[in-house]
Amino acid sequence: MTEFIILIIKLILIIAVSVGMVPFLIYFERKFAGFFQSRMGPTYAGPWGSLQSFGDMAKLMSKEDLVPAAADGPVFRIAPYILFVPAFVSMTLIPFGPMDVDIFGYNVDLVVSSFDAGVILFLALGSLAVYGPVFGGWASNNNWALLGALRSGAQMVSYEISMGLAVVGVIVMANTLNFVDIVDAQAGGFWNWFFIPQLVGFVIFFVASIAELNRDPFNLAEAEQELVAGYMTEYSGMRWGIFMFGEYVNMVVMSAVISTIFMGGWRAPFEFLDVIPGFIWLVGKMLFFIFLYMWIRWTLPRYRYNQLMDIGWKIFLPLAIANLAVTALIISVV
Amino acid sequence: MVNPTVDLLIQFGLMAFIGAAVAFALIAMSHMMSPTSKNPNKAISYECGVLPCAEARVPYNVHFYLVAVLFVLFDLEAVFLYPWAVAFRTLGVVGLVEMFIFIGILLVGYFYAWKKGVLDWE
Repeated sequence: MTEFIILIIKLILIIAVSVGMVPFLIYFERKFAGFFQSRMGPTYAGPWGSLQSFGDMAKLMSKEDLVPAAADGPVFRIAPYILFVPAFVSMTLIPFGPMDVDIFGYNVDLVVSSFDAGVILFLALGSLAVYGPVFGGWASNNNWALLGALRSGAQMVSYEISMGLAVVGVIVMANTLNFVDIVDAQAGGFWNWFFIPQLVGFVIFFVASIAELNRDPFNLAEAEQELVAGYMTEYSGMRWGIFMFGEYVNMVVMSAVISTIFMGGWRAPFEFLDVIPGFIWLVGKMLFFIFLYMWIRWTLPRYRYNQLMDIGWKIFLPLAIANLAVTALIISVV
Repeated sequence: MVNPTVDLLIQFGLMAFIGAAVAFALIAMSHMMSPTSKNPNKAISYECGVLPCAEARVPYNVHFYLVAVLFVLFDLEAVFLYPWAVAFRTLGVVGLVEMFIFIGILLVGYFYAWKKGVLDWE
């Protein structure tokens, strides 16, 4: 029973942090966008505009939830959940501290589930999330939505492959698919983190994750100059808000996964810094990657569709396979 | 708690349930707060302000289908690579050579698809 209570507490903490981050991420994204473009960003709601996201949320709440007559009702209603829920489930795999810690006399593993096939489950959930945009776009029965859904589906599956193959190098080095053991294999200082020996895999994984998240420069799915709002065209009110919210939760999860696989997860860059709890290191690394996503989004122009597919299939896929082969060769020789 | 598999199911199931509940609660709250006014004009599909002239579900480019097929092939390749990568050190040189043969066969198919123009979007 105590274990069950501890599990519930861990779940609530994780959800509170990941969901609680989202309004501030949206605020900072808009603020950074302002600074990158020599503007002020939001300024009116609250000090320095910091309550802007809550104002937006109240606005979205009071909007009517429209379902077009031509749309396929049930599928249209369920599509946002399909994008939203897998992100939460991937969150259970991320360790945010050591195993078997003594907290108030209880032995607690600071991870929700130490799953032996964690990497596979994460990639499978990522593939599952593709159904959200595709169902939403198809069910809308709208030209823009259908085109956006097709584009986003093709784009997400293309980059899923390079992503999956880029991780194999790390798995060869760590000999495990469990996120907890992957972090353990990076113990020591930052020179043991996998982003140094696996630099190619790291870059491929990071860029592929931008495409997975449908963010600029790969946000062809909702290229507003061509497709109005892509697969979200027919969505309004909070149902649209769930899509948007889901994208930011996905961004939080993706940055946590990158920090865990390539940047040592909750581990400190130097051993003497271990006094600071691992949780803070993990959140710090996540914020770093989230900032990187925002920086890239507001700096680079969007790619054309054929360029996007060329990068995914003709550059990253062979590069990921080459990286994997070289890693395997070096490890079997050494 | 019970046994490892059931534990995992409980953990994932609870998390999925809470995630769905958060989304459902937000939508339910918005339904309580938002105005509802029935007007048939609001339920028309958006098409830049004009009346939609046809069904949107038209035949689309076969290219998307080819990409999906290629995705299935290469994602399966990746799934076969994971167990090999975990057991890499115990398999030794034989495992390495076998996996290179496996990747080689798939690469032949990849270059065939490339030459056939599946990867070109002009």
